[in-house]
Amino acid sequence: MRYSVFNLIYHALRGHRGWTPAWRDAQPQRAYEVIIVGGGGHGLATAYYLARNHGIRRIAVLEKSYIGSGNAGRNTTIIRSNYLLPGNLPFYELSMKLWEGLEQQLNYNAMVSQRGVLNLFHSDAQRDSLARRGNAMRMHRVDAELLDVAAVRRIAPFLDFETARFPIKGGLLQRRGGTARHDAVVWGYARAADSLGVDIVQNCEVTGFIRESGRLSGVETTRGEIRATKIGIAVAGNTSRLARMAGFHLPIESHVLQAFVSEAIKPLIPGVVTFGAGHFYISQSDKGGLVFGGDLDGYNSYAQRGNLPMVENVCEEGLALIPGMARVRMLRSWGGVMDMSMDGSPIIDRSPVDGLYLNGGWCYGGFKATPASGWCFAHLIARDESHEVARAYRLSRFASGHIIDEKGQGAQPNLH
Amino acid sequence: MRIRCPFCGERDSGEYTYLGANVRRSGASADDEQSRLFEAVYLRENPAGRHQELWYHAFGCRSWLVVTRDTSTHEILAVDLAKETVSS
Repeated sequence: MRYSVFNLIYHALRGHRGWTPAWRDAQPQRAYEVIIVGGGGHGLATAYYLARNHGIRRIAVLEKSYIGSGNAGRNTTIIRSNYLLPGNLPFYELSMKLWEGLEQQLNYNAMVSQRGVLNLFHSDAQRDSLARRGNAMRMHRVDAELLDVAAVRRIAPFLDFETARFPIKGGLLQRRGGTARHDAVVWGYARAADSLGVDIVQNCEVTGFIRESGRLSGVETTRGEIRATKIGIAVAGNTSRLARMAGFHLPIESHVLQAFVSEAIKPLIPGVVTFGAGHFYISQSDKGGLVFGGDLDGYNSYAQRGNLPMVENVCEEGLALIPGMARVRMLRSWGGVMDMSMDGSPIIDRSPVDGLYLNGGWCYGGFKATPASGWCFAHLIARDESHEVARAYRLSRFASGHIIDEKGQGAQPNLH
Repeated sequence: MRIRCPFCGERDSGEYTYLGANVRRSGASADDEQSRLFEAVYLRENPAGRHQELWYHAFGCRSWLVVTRDTSTHEILAVDLAKETVSS
């Protein structure tokens, strides 16, 4: 069923009783051409682009729970391409361009809203650093504007500009950045992939890999054996666990990142604002809740929940930036498990096992990357070569020294 | 999460900073030194479950600790002073 305004009116007049499920809850078949492990945004986008761009028809997406139940449903929904390094910029800009056409492409309302991403600076050194970042972006034909404090005041008058420790001196604005509805991205890709014949198999956890005469030939799952000669894993948070099943180690640690939402209030924050004196970012959802987050808890974790010291820390940073938040009640907080790679950048590459392809190490930049990640991972699986904007995301870069360390922290995953 | 420092007693995890897995580097004279260094710096077991890791009691006795912790539940199973485990 193609969604349109006529379609909506037609069903509205009939009491909305005629809508059908947006995708099939498929039963696993015995064999496929390609299996994608992980039914999050990245896995579903990969399946969709494999079918649409590369004409592969027999594809299964295996999800251990329900689709979008992992990090796709736990992020702060920000989309942007304000990166610095040449290894990252073209990739995230491709993602931004795909976001811009996503809803028409998928015929699904993903609520992509280019409301702007504003990174604040508080000192001369930070201004220089953001000016450099803005210049790098513009050299890659990505939009960036350096704002003075008066311009920031016009956009966000509610910020605390005059504090003695962290006075706001301006900001770097990417107007094309913004937010998208995270669940709708998952559902949109699922529906579009399903309509091209992709089987989305839920409650199907991969428990091992099948090898026959030295070659990878399928996966063992909680719903039986499923065969395929090409298997892609897109399970960020749990990539190390699948890698160990396949017999290799990765330069990744799993860490918990918490996010928060307040009660709904009237429109206050027009776009996404990030605090330069700490690590804090905030936006307002269309329902009115303030959605915000900060740093990792900082220790290895698969628990999908964090601890109170980081809750306190994030709220303190929020109040330092927006004192008015003191009167807003926090509604919920939750945690997601991040694949923190050793240089803070992702991996889209072949694995050491023939036929097994890796997509992981997204740190906390996975959501915005969803379309390009699927696009490039599909390219890699279908053609056995890296897409040109994802060439830097090789697994071998750690051994060869070609790391992509945006933050310059070195091999210390909890600091990226 | 609370960690029982062998010297200071049980304290809030906010008093500690985290380094990462308790990885030991091999001797510098090995033939495959380069690949061993790469493995020690970059590759991690990253288990969901029992994990041996290094914590520093920054706002306490400033000791390095080897903490054995379950990464699926955050339960702390054992805490030892790093200097004692290294000499053993």
